[in-house]
Amino acid sequence: MNSFSDAPSDSATTCPHLVALEQAFGSLESSLFRGQQRVVVPAANSFAALGLLKDRGFDLLVDVSCVDYLEYRGAKHRYGLVYLLASTTSPDRLTVRVFADDPEPTVASVVPLWEAANWLEREVWDLFGIHFTGHPDLRRLVMPEAFTAHPLRKDYPLQGRGERHNFPVITRDHS
Amino acid sequence: MSIAPAEFDAPPERRSEDYLWTLNFGPQHPATHTTLRLVLKLEGERVVDAMPEMGYLHSGFEKIGEHLTFNQYVTVTDRMNYISPMANNVAWHHAVEKLLGIELTPRCTFIRTIIAELARISDHLLCNGAVGLDTGAFTFFLYAFYQREVIYDIFETLCGARFTNSYTRVGGVSQDMTPLVIEKIRSFLKTFPKTLDDMERLLNRNRIFVDRTKGVGVLTKAEAINRGATGPVARASGVTRDLRRDEPYLAYADLDFQVCCASAGDCYARYLVRMQEMRESLKIVEQALEKLPGGPINVGIDQRTALPTKKQVYSTIEGTISHFELSMSNRGFEVPCEESYAAIEAPNGELGFYIVGDGEDAAYRARCRPPSVLHFAMFPHLIRGHTLSDIVAVLGSLNIIAAELDR
Repeated sequence: MNSFSDAPSDSATTCPHLVALEQAFGSLESSLFRGQQRVVVPAANSFAALGLLKDRGFDLLVDVSCVDYLEYRGAKHRYGLVYLLASTTSPDRLTVRVFADDPEPTVASVVPLWEAANWLEREVWDLFGIHFTGHPDLRRLVMPEAFTAHPLRKDYPLQGRGERHNFPVITRDHS
Repeated sequence: MSIAPAEFDAPPERRSEDYLWTLNFGPQHPATHTTLRLVLKLEGERVVDAMPEMGYLHSGFEKIGEHLTFNQYVTVTDRMNYISPMANNVAWHHAVEKLLGIELTPRCTFIRTIIAELARISDHLLCNGAVGLDTGAFTFFLYAFYQREVIYDIFETLCGARFTNSYTRVGGVSQDMTPLVIEKIRSFLKTFPKTLDDMERLLNRNRIFVDRTKGVGVLTKAEAINRGATGPVARASGVTRDLRRDEPYLAYADLDFQVCCASAGDCYARYLVRMQEMRESLKIVEQALEKLPGGPINVGIDQRTALPTKKQVYSTIEGTISHFELSMSNRGFEVPCEESYAAIEAPNGELGFYIVGDGEDAAYRARCRPPSVLHFAMFPHLIRGHTLSDIVAVLGSLNIIAAELDR
């Protein structure tokens, strides 16, 4: 059966991983939604915090993704990165949020911690234009190399900006 | 079989590269199965390095997810991992229901469990069948595909579509399981183990197949965790993680099954894990059919998500109002301004959706966590040092589906 009931609100302070994070980086904003524990880490500390969590047993990086909060009501930052951590030895999960802003959204790469982040960060760079410092090979992943926009940003229209029509056509004579 | 570079006049650092061949594998190649590209550096027949490239099928599924409602988007999830679309449907609406906080009816959870497991069987059949085909076992492939056809037939009887099912809805499923469907599943449960025995006899000790897959593409446990492997790929490397057991969703907590693992981490281990998982899936389907509870398939009209039945619409005022509101573009669901992630154990690995809700009945952001991306990213690591002909075995055993890869 699905069970999405929230634990009591004071469990945020009892989560041992959060306590360890707060000891290292001061007080952090955290929340619980449908049993999912989330914590916001300042961008300056993101690498150290994720490294600490890796040492605490979150050995599996499930996903790195991003949300563009441009049109989101009450959002304070433009981009919110989502690091989904899990463990192969315990059922713990933790969602780490790191926020970045224009004009140069930059976050430290976690490829030194998890090789899994390599392509995931490339995808975020490709679709959102978040720059990952320390990434070994930050190229576009799904869009063509010559593409200039970052299409999952909210200011990019659903039907594109006409790139499709301006795509170079290879004719039989020039193939 | 390295050629001694002494005969080259080039300086040593260039010389080592000079006799390497660059070979373009794909994007259109029978063994890539779908559209993906590998740029290989070869030394004779040995692969020195591989550079995978993807994006040929990128169609902006995540962008589309921000413009389609939660019910409409299920048709797009069909097209992600199109060899087990039912599992994607279940994954998508599992995540949506977590965001909306909907508890499914018992019958719905069991129906979804059954179809998710049937999807797993059909996915593993294709994956293992294709590995067999690429390594020269054509009969094995035909055995596998015949059984896939039977599962398609079950799905067609269930919801009218063989391939792109779009079966689930927010808070339920589109069609109830009829006695005919149950009968077809039962007859599949009876005949399939025999085929599975035959298939195992064909390949498990087949000298050619074992030689081509054993020790090829070895993924150690530490590397599997570090590189984010999930599903059969991780379990073949000794990672005992299975969301069905570790974070029981749907009806898995009530069912008895085992998590299949191996320790070798090579293509042969991945093949064995998938074969064994099909047997476990059969067990799950059998138990779920036995325990299949009665009752409604959709949540009640008080939840305001699933369309009420015709009888409710015509005979109760609540039904009429609910039907009217769900059909209006400015009404619909009550979506919290929150975000959540929910994942299921898809045939390929952990398939999850990170959904951001902003009060509208379309997602503000619908991130799909595709297992194929992480598996394809580790491909160069697995193929280095092996021969050109091993590529098809490794690619096949990772079960990379380009539509899920690119989205």
